[in-house]
Amino acid sequence: MTKWVRACARDDVEAEDLIRFDHEDRTFAIYQSPEGAFFCTDGFCSHEQVHLAGGLVMDHIVECPGHNGQFDYRTGEAVRSPACVRPNTYPVRIDGEDVLIAVDFERPG
Amino acid sequence: MDRRDYSLLGKDGQRAIETGLAGANWYATDIPRKTMKGLMKRSDGPAIRDTLIWLAALFGFAGVATALWPSWWSAPFWLAYGLLYGSSTDSRWHECGHGTAFKTRWMNDAVYQFACFMIMRNPVTWKYGHARHHTDTTIVGRDPQILSRRPPNLYKMLANLVGLVDVPLAFKSMIQLASGHLTDEERDYVPEAEWLAAIRVARIWLAIYAATVVLAVWMWSILPLMVIGLPRMYGAWHMTITGILQHAALADNVIDHRLNSRTILMNPISRFIYWNMNYHIEHHMFTMVPYHKLPVLHECIKHDLPAPNASTWQAIREAVPVLFRQLKDPEHFLVRSLPSTARPYLWSGREVAADAAE
Repeated sequence: MTKWVRACARDDVEAEDLIRFDHEDRTFAIYQSPEGAFFCTDGFCSHEQVHLAGGLVMDHIVECPGHNGQFDYRTGEAVRSPACVRPNTYPVRIDGEDVLIAVDFERPG
Repeated sequence: MDRRDYSLLGKDGQRAIETGLAGANWYATDIPRKTMKGLMKRSDGPAIRDTLIWLAALFGFAGVATALWPSWWSAPFWLAYGLLYGSSTDSRWHECGHGTAFKTRWMNDAVYQFACFMIMRNPVTWKYGHARHHTDTTIVGRDPQILSRRPPNLYKMLANLVGLVDVPLAFKSMIQLASGHLTDEERDYVPEAEWLAAIRVARIWLAIYAATVVLAVWMWSILPLMVIGLPRMYGAWHMTITGILQHAALADNVIDHRLNSRTILMNPISRFIYWNMNYHIEHHMFTMVPYHKLPVLHECIKHDLPAPNASTWQAIREAVPVLFRQLKDPEHFLVRSLPSTARPYLWSGREVAADAAE
């Protein structure tokens, strides 16, 4: 059974922006797209241990503040080097004003 | 104290990993997220304007110089062309490598490839090397792009004013890559998936240089090489000076860019050539801020930084005596005082007042 965890309130994340969310010993990045949809990825860049929360969201791309690697935060796809590896993405659900993420989700394959 | 080992696979690099200096969390001045988002925001306008001016000047100077060749009247035009070819490409390579100069990706990529060719830096290996430079800035044994080592090699610095060391090394690297081999150090910081791309570019470049040499022989004139290749030497002086001043005479093995990087106030022409990289502490602290926003960033955080050098000449006068002293005492370095509004320096995970290091 999926374990949903409250990450933040909807208002905590501006449109076309992200925030950091720490849960137990893990860290995540929560995004709101320009269209108002919410997404979640691993917090750290897959290139090096730099948190994406300090990065820049442009449309559906997040740029890492460390070395400017870029990912599509909807799928995790790495779209600009030096980032080459896809970070994990996690299902997001909206419950009233709360943003919930499935922290134990493991994508098949 | 042991002599510093700058090889990426040596003892200093291993020590940096063991002590946590490698990949550390670096000091950054607090900036409200809203302000930071404004500073990071991308646009094409400033870089398109600057690139059009740059290309017009580049081709214009080359055209006039070629037209006046072999008269000595062509000399000032070659010098201007060389400055753009051998020095301004350093900043274009750099900014477009970060992907911050333009908002539009293909524009960044196009200028990046063009500038990389002129500055003779493989666009793949140098990109990853520069990423390491930002992760581990002047961490000995980790940063592959330390220009001012300790003790410094002053002859090498002088020779590189006309590329006498860097250009032969660039061709050595180009030939090595074209033959399908990366050095052990390149294999350390370039992902394997990118090796073929690095090799392919090196082969294309070698073919271009070979064609240029063949044309020069066929014409029995040095003119083709004055346009392609040689300006990387006769125009390198500005890049060499500004590049060395970025970190020379300052601390190494620290995790605070205020300690190991230098911001210099420069004249508008140098800032155009250098694309505002004179704001070097600011660039290292916040790599996502485009070059055209660095003066604004400087105003935002100057309360937390050592005072900038007032000019390039003043920075040279500050650094050169320290470099000479480092010939005998490699442990010596410069610590600039911080304003009273600044947070203390972060040396290696602990905060120490600036005067405690002197």
